[in-house]
Amino acid sequence: MGEFRMPTLGADMVAGTLTEWYKHPGDVVHRGDIIAAVDTDKGSIDVEVFEDGVLERVVVEEGQKVPVGTLLAVIRSGEAAAPAPAAAPAPPAAASQVPPPTPPSAAAPAAPPPPEAPGSVPSPPAQSVRASPLARRLAADLGVDLTGITGSGPGGAIVKEDVEAAARGGGDRSLRMRRAIAAAMARSNREIPHFYLATTIDFGAASAWLAQWNAAHPPAERLLPAVLLLKATALALLEFPELNARWEQDSLQPAVEVHIGMVTSLRGGGLVIPAVHQVNRRTLPELMRDVRDLVQRARSGSLRSSDLTDGTVTVTSLGDRGADAVFGVIYPPQTALIGFGTPAERPWVVGGQVVPRQVVTASLAADHRASDGHRGGMFLATVARLLQQPEGL
Amino acid sequence: MTREEIRAAVLDAIVAVVPGTHPADISDETPLRDQLDMDSMDFINFVVELDERLGVAVPEGDYSRLATVNGCIEYLARP
Repeated sequence: MGEFRMPTLGADMVAGTLTEWYKHPGDVVHRGDIIAAVDTDKGSIDVEVFEDGVLERVVVEEGQKVPVGTLLAVIRSGEAAAPAPAAAPAPPAAASQVPPPTPPSAAAPAAPPPPEAPGSVPSPPAQSVRASPLARRLAADLGVDLTGITGSGPGGAIVKEDVEAAARGGGDRSLRMRRAIAAAMARSNREIPHFYLATTIDFGAASAWLAQWNAAHPPAERLLPAVLLLKATALALLEFPELNARWEQDSLQPAVEVHIGMVTSLRGGGLVIPAVHQVNRRTLPELMRDVRDLVQRARSGSLRSSDLTDGTVTVTSLGDRGADAVFGVIYPPQTALIGFGTPAERPWVVGGQVVPRQVVTASLAADHRASDGHRGGMFLATVARLLQQPEGL
Repeated sequence: MTREEIRAAVLDAIVAVVPGTHPADISDETPLRDQLDMDSMDFINFVVELDERLGVAVPEGDYSRLATVNGCIEYLARP
């Protein structure tokens, strides 16, 4: 028998609410099928099954909130999925086909998040509710009472997403998300001995190549700079496996593939980190499609569990309207986070002459248990080198 | 197309890229990326939407002319 357990959909998750079963006892399931929906602090996630078989028995009913690792259902797997005499004993579980549920982290509390702490944002009195016009109109349309909602907009104003969350019964989704992020990042800072490095990279060749590509292609096939940065990062990581790894059970566990968790901001605040799979093997147009799909699904609340559990390293890129540099907090149990600031034109010395040049600041936050400054510096230098030959990415 | 038709297509493209946006809440003068918190992916998707709706493949060098609704109309209404 296979065991289908509440997955860890990120380092910041300690429990989830099973909101819907898409499959029912007796249904045939295949590896990769979405069989349930789980509500987390970061939204509703479709959860996949990782083996073929028949859904034998549901253990957790819809509406129940249970800790990560809890048995949700039993899957009659492999050959046992074929019709068999009722009295036939079940074969041993095909353990190799069942990804072990990530145990609740030693640092992650086993209990649900604590009740709202004193000093949290209080609900404003009814007569002083701050809300955007769109939020007010939507609330009226949906029959939602604004007074019970904690706003996530500027100055605590209620925005459309808050009203939508309240209408879905999500209540203080924004507040829960901030707590979840805070818990994961506090854990990271508490447990991981971070060190930080940064370097400014000549992005001129990459920018020129990108402009040439985009001029020759219709809008739907154009690329963003982030795609080049992701690919260069993935290729560089192949030479530095200690940065594409997990630190678990007091040892370094390098990953086989490079699945880059991409920090993605959500409308109305908060973030998720869905993974772009096998980045080192993808062409740039393929990566652009992957990134576009992930961002769209992240923002529409249609991520799958594998999107959130497969990341082997994290990249945060500030896009074209951010700051010069970003120094991130490692997403446990990963061992590194790479940050890219906004590419910008700056004075640059070429052949003894100061010239205007597109540059980008790359940073590395790395786990000192897994690596050190020398290796980290070499890694950033490798990223820089790869970006000088964008046609090879 | 008339300017009104272009404006309607631009607003439709925005709504497609930033779901939940109400056209009545979109200012014609305020930069779109500021008022709707559009990132670079949103903006390139907006350009794709314009291409699909109006058949105009805006060159990357002209993106800055699409900063506002009015800017879009001026650019897209050119003869």
